[in-house]
Amino acid sequence: MKDNNIKLSLLMKSIERPLMKAELPEIKVGDTIRLGLLVKEGSKTREQLCEGVVLSRKKRKSLNNSLTLRCSFQGIGVERVFFLNSPRVTFAKVIRRAKVRRAKLYYLRNLLGKASRLKQIFD
Amino acid sequence: MSVGILGTKVGMTQFFDETGLSIPVTVIQVGPCVVTQIKSMSTDGYSAIQVGYKQVAEQKLSKPLLGHLKKSQSPPLKYLREYLIESTEGFEVSQVFSTDIFEVGQKVNVSSKSIGKGFSGYQKRHHFSRGPMSHGSKNHRQPGSIGAGTTPGRVYPGKNMAGQMGNKKVTIKNLQIVSINIENDLLMLKGAVPGKQGALVKVSK
Repeated sequence: MKDNNIKLSLLMKSIERPLMKAELPEIKVGDTIRLGLLVKEGSKTREQLCEGVVLSRKKRKSLNNSLTLRCSFQGIGVERVFFLNSPRVTFAKVIRRAKVRRAKLYYLRNLLGKASRLKQIFD
Repeated sequence: MSVGILGTKVGMTQFFDETGLSIPVTVIQVGPCVVTQIKSMSTDGYSAIQVGYKQVAEQKLSKPLLGHLKKSQSPPLKYLREYLIESTEGFEVSQVFSTDIFEVGQKVNVSSKSIGKGFSGYQKRHHFSRGPMSHGSKNHRQPGSIGAGTTPGRVYPGKNMAGQMGNKKVTIKNLQIVSINIENDLLMLKGAVPGKQGALVKVSK
């Protein structure tokens, strides 16, 4: 008879790991990223691009790894939450990195224009 | 009633289907469960199947329990549960149940102990409304009136009051099996299951 005495947290990882995407880049808070999204229009699916600043990252090491992206759409700030391991997110690419001193950049919601810039890091 | 299976709650996660929708999933490690005793009408007055789960070190169990398990030549098992059954045909002692009695898409009932909230008050336990916190009010988290006066002269049975919340058996019915992992004896069920991680869970068809 099997013992089944593996630690529960390790069991959880063993389920999640094969379902996670292998080639995701390291995305940090404050990064400006570009995401490819699959959008369904009638019977067709096409790829849409979404670009913006990462306000928060959640559950980084899990399958439910998500980020909040703030982008400006026709001058209006729009926030969307994406699950990076979802099959609808086709790719993620970091365009620019920024030096930030907070774990969550929710203060950017109250800032407009020049004030909402972040200090860029050049690699 | 058919024989169920015992297991441990591992935790929750979410899966994505082909269209990208996320499905909330509870992972349960079930079995292997061993039939430790078959109770029959003639000897015990009722017919039931006794199932044991979770192998532990021998010194963690009492001697009477070890003696009982020795009769069926089963390993030291921490939990024993009985399932009442109409006929005990097809079952034999030291038969092992595992994930193979389930199939993907099937619906199961899961019962377990809910997370204990201790002795909790009216607001938390029964969603009573709170009194004003300021303007000289001293009625903050009180129940208000609990009934009429001289007639009936007593509080009606079943009146909602403060008391123990949680830590009692809760059953969730018709949870769908999303997938099965035979290697580690894992069941993935759609939806939530009562209790914390590591809680003993009863899964029945």
